[in-house]
Order: sequence, then C-alpha cells, then structure tokens
Amino acid sequence: MSDFPRTPPRFSATFTPAVNAEIRRAAASGIYDIRGGGTKRHLPHFDDLLFLGASISRYPLEGYREKCATDVWLGTRFAKNPIHLDIPVTIAGMSFGALSGPAKEALGRGASEAGTSTTTGDGGMTEEERGHSKTLVYQYLPSRYGMNPDDLRRADAIEIVVGQGAKPGGGGMLLGQKISDRVAQMRNLPKGIDQRSACRHPDWTGPDDLEIKILELREITNWEKPIYVKVGGARPYYDTALAVKAGADVVVVDGMQGGTAATQDVFIEHVGMPILACIPQAVKALQDLGMHRKVQLIVSGGIRTGADVAKALALGADAVAIGTAALIALGDNDPKWEAEYQALGSTADAYDDWHEGRDPAGITTQDPELASRFDPVLGGRRLKNYLKVMTLEAQTIARACGKNHLHNLEPEDLCSLTIEAAAMAGVPLAGTNWIPGRTGGF
Amino acid sequence: MQTFDLEAEGLRALNSALHALKGQTNMTAWEVINPKGAHAIAAGVDAPVEITVRGSTGYYCAGMNKLATIRIKGSAGPGVAENMMSGTVIIDGDASQYAGATGRGGLLVIKGNASSRCGISMKGIDIVVHGNIGHMSCFMAQSGNLVVLGDAGEALGDSLYEARLFVRGKVKSLGTDCIEKEMRDEHFLIVEDLLRRGEADAKARPEEFRRYGSARKLYNFNIDNAQSY
Repeated sequence: MSDFPRTPPRFSATFTPAVNAEIRRAAASGIYDIRGGGTKRHLPHFDDLLFLGASISRYPLEGYREKCATDVWLGTRFAKNPIHLDIPVTIAGMSFGALSGPAKEALGRGASEAGTSTTTGDGGMTEEERGHSKTLVYQYLPSRYGMNPDDLRRADAIEIVVGQGAKPGGGGMLLGQKISDRVAQMRNLPKGIDQRSACRHPDWTGPDDLEIKILELREITNWEKPIYVKVGGARPYYDTALAVKAGADVVVVDGMQGGTAATQDVFIEHVGMPILACIPQAVKALQDLGMHRKVQLIVSGGIRTGADVAKALALGADAVAIGTAALIALGDNDPKWEAEYQALGSTADAYDDWHEGRDPAGITTQDPELASRFDPVLGGRRLKNYLKVMTLEAQTIARACGKNHLHNLEPEDLCSLTIEAAAMAGVPLAGTNWIPGRTGGF
Repeated sequence: MQTFDLEAEGLRALNSALHALKGQTNMTAWEVINPKGAHAIAAGVDAPVEITVRGSTGYYCAGMNKLATIRIKGSAGPGVAENMMSGTVIIDGDASQYAGATGRGGLLVIKGNASSRCGISMKGIDIVVHGNIGHMSCFMAQSGNLVVLGDAGEALGDSLYEARLFVRGKVKSLGTDCIEKEMRDEHFLIVEDLLRRGEADAKARPEEFRRYGSARKLYNFNIDNAQSY
C-alpha cells in the first residue's frame, strides 16, 4: 500500500444516493413510487421575481390607512349568478376520500370565514363541506364519482376538470386502504379496491364537444352557475384559448407544483410546466381573444404567501387557488407528529405518503381514529388566519406599488432575478430591460 | 298534452318549462316537435312526466334525467341519458357514442344499435339495446346491467368493475379483465325483467344470453399484471 493519499469517494451527479436508492427500491418492490403532493424539484418560481415598489415616478399608498381592495368577481361572462369573493385566494379541489370528512369541513369553515370559496374533488359533495362552505365549487371530473344533478344545483359554481398540474394527462387513483364504507358508497365501488379515475371524460372529447358539454351543464343549472374549466399546466396558451372558445366563464390553470392525493412520482416530477411559465401564456391567450378580465383566470401550483398571490395577480391572474398550503395550515406535516412520521419512515415537512391513509395529522386519512385527532373548528380557524395573513401580505406589497386594488398590480411592477424567470414570466431581468425572447440585448 | 315547438321557442324555454315541473304535476304529457338534432333536449328533468321527442336529437338528450319517461321518436346523438339518475329513456332509432355514460339509475332502451362506449363508466343504470353495440362498451363500468340482443364490438367491458353484461350475439373481443361467467338463476331473472321492461320480450329469451363480468384481477395493483394496465 502506498502512503499517498487516496482519491476521496466521489458521488456521481447523475447517480446520486437518492437516485440509487430509488433504483434499489424499484428493483426490490417491482412497483413505481406512488406519493402525494406536487413536484419537489427546484423550479423557476415566484421566488425568482421581485416587486420594484414605488419611486419618484409612482407613489405608494399609506399602509393601514389608504384602501387596497381585494375582492374578485368570478363567472361574469355568462352565468346569471357570478361569484363575488372577498379575497382572491380560493381553496383548490381536494376530494373526500383523499381527505377526511372533518378536514373537508375545516376547509369549508376556514374559507367561509375568510370570505372565499372551497372546492369539492373526485368523490362527490359531502354534507360537511356543503354545510360549512358559503361558496362551494363543484368539480365535474372524468370519473363522475358521486355526480348527480342535485349537487350540481346545490353548488355555487361548476369546475370541469380536464387536468391538474401534478399530472396533466393522467387520471387519479385512490388506493384500497382509503376506501372506507362511506367512500365506497359515494363512489359506487366495492370497499377496499384500488379506485382508478379515468384520465378522460367519458362522454366528450375535444373542444367542440366541450362546448356542448358546457351547454348541457348550463341548461341543467338554468344558466345560473359559473362554469370553470381547469387544465393542468401543459399548453396553457392553447388550452386557455380553447376553454374560452368552448364557453368557459373561468379558466383555472394549475402548474406542476400543484399537489395530488396520489400518483406516480415519475408523473409528478416529469410532466407539466411550472406555474410561472403558465401564467403569461394563459394571460396572452385571453388578451389575444379580447377576453382578459372578461373570462377570469385562476392560477394554482405552489402558492404559499401573499407575495406569491401578488406576483400571480401582477402577471395577470384574477385569483389563485391553494391546496398544499391549505393542508399545511390545517396541520399537515406538523413537527408535533415527528415521532409518528419517523415511525412511518418519513419526517415532518417531507411526509407525502398520503395515499396510505396513515396520516398522523388525521387529515389525509379515512381511519376514524386518526381522523378524530383533527379538530375541524380549530383547523378552520387556522386556515382563516392563514388566508387573512396572505391577503394582508399581498395588500402590503400592492400599496407599496401604489395600487388601490390587488388587481391593479401589473407586470411592470416586477423584475426577475434569473434569466429563466425573466423568460418565463415575461418581466425584465433585474437592472435591465431584457426579457429573453422578447427584447434584444441589455 | 303540452306541445312544444323547439325550433320556434328555443332550447332554453323548453328546459325552463320542464325544470319548473317539480314533484307531482298534472302537466304530465309533453311533446317536443322540430328537435332537429338540437343538443341537451330535456336535460336535467326532475319530475314524473312523459316527454315524447318527435325526431332525432343531438348530444346529451335526457342528460341527468330523474323520474321522467322520455321517448325519442328518432335517433339520439352522443351521450344520450348520460348520468341518468332514474326514470326511463326509450329511443326508437339508433344511439351514438357514450349512450348512458355514467348513468346511476333508471332504464335506457335503444331499439336500434348503439355506437361505441355504450354504458361507459355506468354506475347503476340498466341498458337494453335491441341491436348491436360498438367497441369499448362498458369501459370501467361500475354497476348496473347491460342487455344486448345483437352483437358487441371490440373490447367489451374493458377494466370492468361490478356491472353485469348480457349479450345474445357475438362478442368481437373482451376487454382487459372482462370474462365470460356462468348464467345463474338470478341472472335469467334479471334478463327476463329487463327484456320485458325494455320492450324486447317478444324478440329474445333469457336463455339465449351469455353473461360477462369482471375477473377482478385489476382491483388491487399487481406488478405482474402491468401489461394489462
């Protein structure tokens, strides 16, 4: 043996320990990794944008003294009864089945107390959420689990789900361990089986059919309800344009940071686009059609703070939707359950095996004992608090930009920290007037 | 009899009038003339009335029907009686794609042929087809009964759950996880009842049918079935 120092062990940047662990797991189990949540990879995001604030050319509004309004109308194009929300932060669709009944109740309580809407999911409408949601959006999904005209008419709006950001082009799944008697009954399937949700609607294909489907839903609900069309972040320009053409009142674009109850990790991490890249494309489609602000745009996927809300609105959205953040506000992934997360082979803030139904926080489960840990009244209060904080944060930024309404924020209030974000968001790189792909040079 | 000229008065007026019928009413007989292939005719009705459509319809006629008996004196476009909850829909002619899709109850009778994806994702509806049905019929069908007097196209009952499929004629091919099963006494009774209520008892006898159902091999994920998914 030489006395020369040995070359220290060097890990591959391609075959990292995490990659190798997944290869070993796949080789041992023979099944792809299934998990909940959204993408965990680093992506260009709202953190790569900054507000410029007021200066000599623009003067700010006085915080706490001068009004900065936050309300939003949704569904003003065709619906007899458009929705008016106090804040532009809505709760995204999450199913009863994926979530416990008390968790759905808490979402309704928190949203209602904060003056916003919540949304059903792939499993039908429960009494808990209808009873506790002042404004409830009813999702119309490919599976049509629990779908019935009475609930359609009890809803305040209808959201036709074409896709979602976590898995554009994919259907859903609810594994057998979460199929309780009640879930099975609502979905008209045997207890304990893995429930597959179709990736396409059973009775229409393409934008021309969608137009007729929207007509049918409007006729059944006497043209009262706003009709949303939700798409995953895949081709936001064309999807938005086609949704408008089909007659949507509201378009919902969900970026790949948006969560899911359960799907393949490979789908979550490798299909779709980040929301930052989606918003300008969707806004441009609306502007090209002369429909910006006439057909409202809701965006979702990775919204966490009032700053994210303000940035999404500055890029042209009318409102945002939150899912993962709402669950965290309720108590999901709370470090107080760390010992139990460890027992499940995970840790707080990383737990994503929602499909297994063993959530220590009692939120993403159908286990009665675990679900009983969750207090829907307290959960609702926490969600309300969080929504209020987000709104105050967004207002703080808007006032600093001299805006008396969140919707007056505009791309000119923003700059980008990275070239990638500048190109995606269509706002100049900080300190320059350069938007890659649009303006030449510095 | 309330006669409604759809061409003259328009779809919105028709459906508004039908939706205004709540529960019991003495305006129980309706006739729709000049349908001319319009979409969403009599969609969302929720009353025990009889509606006769004199002509062919477009998409989603009788969609989400509850309680009503709707007769189409012509052929029906895609998605007829989709998500029907209860009541009866009878089509004298043929039905296009997705007939009875996701239907949760009631009876759909097609006296002609049904196109592809008949009974797709059905959740409790009963469907009687006097003629043939197209490919991918009863894909992911969850519950309910399908009775076909003629032949079935490719991939019948693909990814089937608990719906029961009865076919008198040939089946071009069965879909993944769909197999032929024994006709037991209770199945003969189901077919007999549906033939009678489907106005087909003079055309066929229960013993002429074969039953198809789920092999239940896809109910819980198994890597060894990966080629089937």
